[in-house]
Amino acid sequence: MASITLNKVFKRYGSGKTANLVIHGVSAQIADGEFVVVVGPSGCGKSTLLRMVAGLEEITGGEISIGNRVVNDLEPSERDIAMVFQNYALYPHMNVFDNMAYGLKIAKVPMDEIKARVDKAAKILEIGAFMQRKPRELSGGQRQRVAMGRAIVRQPQVFLFDEPLSNLDAKLRAHTRLEIQKLHRELGITSLFVTHDQVEAMTLAQRMIVMNAGVMEQFGTPEEVYNRPASTFVATFIGSPPMNLLKNAPEARPGTILGVRPEHLAITSEGWALCVDALETLGAERLVYGRWLHGAGDELVIIRTDEGQPVPELGSTIHVTPRADRLHWFDATTGKRQ
Amino acid sequence: MEKRVRFKSSWLPWLLIAPQMAIVLVFFFWPAAQALRQSVMSQDPFGNNSEFVGLENFERLFADASYLESFKTTAFFSVLVAVCGLSIALLLAVMANRVLRGAGVYKTLLIWPYAVAPVVAGVLWLFMFASPMGVIAYWLRMLGLDWNHLLNSRHAMALIVVAAVWKQISYNFLFFLAGLQSIPKSLIEAAAIDGASPWRRFWTIVFPLLSPTTFFLLVINVVYSFFDTFGIVDATTKGGPGKETSILVYKVYYDGFKAMDMAGSAAQSVVLMCIVIALTVIQFRFVEKKVQY
Ligand SMILES: Nc1ncnc2c1ncn2[C@@H]1O[C@H](COP(=O)(O)OP(=O)(O)OP(=O)(O)O)[C@@H](O)[C@H]1O
Ligand SMILES: [Mg+2]
Repeated sequence: MASITLNKVFKRYGSGKTANLVIHGVSAQIADGEFVVVVGPSGCGKSTLLRMVAGLEEITGGEISIGNRVVNDLEPSERDIAMVFQNYALYPHMNVFDNMAYGLKIAKVPMDEIKARVDKAAKILEIGAFMQRKPRELSGGQRQRVAMGRAIVRQPQVFLFDEPLSNLDAKLRAHTRLEIQKLHRELGITSLFVTHDQVEAMTLAQRMIVMNAGVMEQFGTPEEVYNRPASTFVATFIGSPPMNLLKNAPEARPGTILGVRPEHLAITSEGWALCVDALETLGAERLVYGRWLHGAGDELVIIRTDEGQPVPELGSTIHVTPRADRLHWFDATTGKRQ
Repeated sequence: MEKRVRFKSSWLPWLLIAPQMAIVLVFFFWPAAQALRQSVMSQDPFGNNSEFVGLENFERLFADASYLESFKTTAFFSVLVAVCGLSIALLLAVMANRVLRGAGVYKTLLIWPYAVAPVVAGVLWLFMFASPMGVIAYWLRMLGLDWNHLLNSRHAMALIVVAAVWKQISYNFLFFLAGLQSIPKSLIEAAAIDGASPWRRFWTIVFPLLSPTTFFLLVINVVYSFFDTFGIVDATTKGGPGKETSILVYKVYYDGFKAMDMAGSAAQSVVLMCIVIALTVIQFRFVEKKVQY
């Protein structure tokens, strides 16, 4: 097992006129045995970062270490990692057993040990019943588990996952999320998990890296990221519905943005005066969209209330009070937390 | 949405395929029927009389040592053409698949030979190998090899193999390249992470995944070397020296039009037709089953 250290890592695709800098100096320390999730919108460079750790992309600048070894110039096979791909990348012409045993055969592990390791992984993942099948004869969920099995049997120092759950339906995804958590508890292998899904990130991560356009916006536990977002980007990316970013709140100071989550706003008899613009009822909760009465443009305030609360009428005036300990202040120009 | 075109009248579709059908009938079915008829007839050299002789022509054919010899020559030739053509094309395709800059030029250059007619290909190589002034013959002589395909049967065979392979490589190359490009990159990456060397990745992942393409090309190349190489042989060796490069198609022509044995030639055509039908059947059987994986 090993830690992973990223030291001012840069990545540029192409050169000259077509050069495209996609990772802008990411530094992070991932502890031994930790489960870290990289989350961010599509195209922000998550996969690129992961693939640099795997050795599938060259590192343009900076240093990546696994354990105490700088791996910049090592081949993927020398880095002692295993990777689960988004499309699983199972070898279509080999059955499940051969898929899982492929890496071990190359490493010249004796056949009886290969069998033992594959059997053990198959038992953990409950795929023992179809060891002789080809990948195309499996369902998506089964393929996903075979891909995980192929990673497990290698007993690597680091697991890398590139959106391994995105091809599963919602129910199976939730189930697999729990399985991955369990697996990590049992094996305790350092893991780097890429996803664009914030729910996946919040539930799986011990710590998470929030990326935006090649920049690491925040690196912290899900609680930290949720309770103390480091920037307006993080504030709106994590949490649904997103945090209100208000320039026109009565308390607002010039040059700052006040952030407050919809669930930390309550309808009260006093407070901010809003005109009810729209209502959305989502089962157990209701979203109220309000517009400032003091004529501050079209800035919307979203309020999340319980379904038990009285329903405000459209067009009526309501008063709203934020929880004083849940206010976030951001710099209006940099978007950074103040 | 319905993709197929629906015709209101029933005769219009027939009219539209009529030119194609006419060509197939006149240039394929009619000669084929002629060959079938002639193969069971015996004719005098002037074509005045002919009589039905049943399978006698075929009996005569298979008792003929030179015919069996031609079979062997053809088999040897087509194995050489298929093996060399496929392996060189695969090598080129693998390299082209890795080229990043100038890939377009590289591919275009490799596709050109396909536009050259067989006879021209034959003549081209004949010139290069012609002793004493052909370029390659000259180089070979410098290397101490006295090239003479007019006397040396192995040289003659090598010449037609080279010309035939050169002409077919483009076709094989295109299919292999398409096959390579359809293999997901992540498979290769997964194998690299699993610790497989490039060589091993090729033989355990890429090559097996190319097997449907390889099989398809194998059949196509055998058909090609059996039937499409007449022009090359005729332009270079004319079946010589002796009958050493007289492959089956060439023998059909030679026996029919040079030796004026029409009946024997027709019987040979029928045998060739059976071979091509068999190959086509194999082809479709396996293509349908997609060959393994
Ligand atoms: N091989 C490449 N050549 C050039 N640019 C690339 C290459 N691969 C990725 N990029 C660019 O790098 C940026 C980051 O891509 P990356 O695949 O890392 O995004 P991602 O965060 O994984 O997105 P997604 O969630 O959609 O998978 C994108 O703008 C993409 O266009
Ligand atoms: Mg990605």
